[in-house]
Amino acid sequence: MPTFFEKKQLVTPGELLAEGDYLPGENTFVENGKIYAERIGLVDSDNKKVNVVALRAFYVPKMGDIIIGTVTEVGFNGWTVDIKSPYTAMLRASDVLSRPFKPQNDELSAVLNAGDLIVAKIASYDRAHDPQLTVGEPGLGKITRGQLLRVTPTKIPRIIGRKGSMISMIKQETNCQIILGLNGVILVTGKTPEEEEVAIQAIRKIEEESHTSGLTDRITQLLKEKKQPPQPEETQQ
Amino acid sequence: MNEKTEKLIDKKGIRGDGRKVDELRPLKLQVGVLPNADGSAYIEHGKNKILAAAYGPREMHPKHLAQADRMVLRARYHMAPFSVQERKSPAPSRREVELSKVIKESLEPALFLELYPRTGVDVFIEVLQADGGTRCASITAAALAIADAGVPMRDLVVACAAGKVEDQVVLDLYDAEDKLGSADVPVAYMPNLNAITLLQMDGILAPAEFEKAVSMAMDGCKKIYEIQKEALKTKYMVVKETDKEIEE
Repeated sequence: MPTFFEKKQLVTPGELLAEGDYLPGENTFVENGKIYAERIGLVDSDNKKVNVVALRAFYVPKMGDIIIGTVTEVGFNGWTVDIKSPYTAMLRASDVLSRPFKPQNDELSAVLNAGDLIVAKIASYDRAHDPQLTVGEPGLGKITRGQLLRVTPTKIPRIIGRKGSMISMIKQETNCQIILGLNGVILVTGKTPEEEEVAIQAIRKIEEESHTSGLTDRITQLLKEKKQPPQPEETQQ
Repeated sequence: MNEKTEKLIDKKGIRGDGRKVDELRPLKLQVGVLPNADGSAYIEHGKNKILAAAYGPREMHPKHLAQADRMVLRARYHMAPFSVQERKSPAPSRREVELSKVIKESLEPALFLELYPRTGVDVFIEVLQADGGTRCASITAAALAIADAGVPMRDLVVACAAGKVEDQVVLDLYDAEDKLGSADVPVAYMPNLNAITLLQMDGILAPAEFEKAVSMAMDGCKKIYEIQKEALKTKYMVVKETDKEIEE
């Protein structure tokens, strides 16, 4: 039961990873008892489980995921939402309005119009039906301010960090509120555009360098550096 | 031209373009050349120059083409009007429609079609310059573009042709050999799973010659696969290396 890789090795689809007593993890598949990679990414094994951290992927909806989407269409009894996935999501009017919905009384475009951005949760999804969204929880709903950026969905866990260490550090250092949509869309809301800019730069850096070691230290350094410039200006005055 | 008198292979076994009988043309592959596509690749195989762009998986348009139980792969092989000596009409020809279908079917076994039902993946292949064996080069580039788009794949698909010229079985035919030779056998191959996904034959071969051509083409595929794999890794390696410089 050998393995055919070194830790953190870059693998391509179809590359043989392990044979025998191993379990296929993320982005891998089994054929004739052998485990192969199915995406380009970095291999890692966790006990007997072989995982590939994909460097390029797309978002597949999962029940309970928090996502950020754009309303693309206002329908008769709900909205169509683009969630940057192969599937478009539906948000039902009765979910948004806290009372029974009547098409005669309610103008849906007054609540959410095409182009509006929302933070929502995947309420239901299976392979036969497009995902349904819900906004009926605290923290969900229409986005009114802040800046958006997009990353590859597989990078989101890296931005969160171990037990949320990375994201909480960025939040603390920049005084920004950050909502990570699991579909790879990130909302940054700060008090000033400058603070938002620093947070965005930090996230971009994580995205580009997600597969390198010592990243946390470099991000800490970046955040410290960016915080300093205002101080010399103050002393000059 | 005195094509008939000029030999395609000389007495020393050297071909018209200076290659040996079992030698591939020089190959160059690059991944991620088109930022607007989800995935892309560029191949230079001898004088062939081909671009491939992959999009998806995304919602199928028109919607009636979506399948309730699987993903749909669409391929479009197209030759630019300037890709050949005499201007080619840009409208899809009979040959291009056939090649699109053949390329689609040779790539399908590499994808997990059943995983993402109701979606579609599109591959656009644009031949900028043609010099024989474009279908094989197209498959090699298209497989890379799909992998670059992040679509899960069982294996990369590589393709290479072998054929018969001057009563000899030769690898990787170029334009003149393709036209004047007596047979052409394009093979598409998944190297890790050891599976052939495309096998065609144009011309006449004896059974022994056919077998030799297929095994020759498969060996060629394996060589191309190494270059293909490197090309895919290179795109992501660049990121890794710039990181190291920063650290230093």
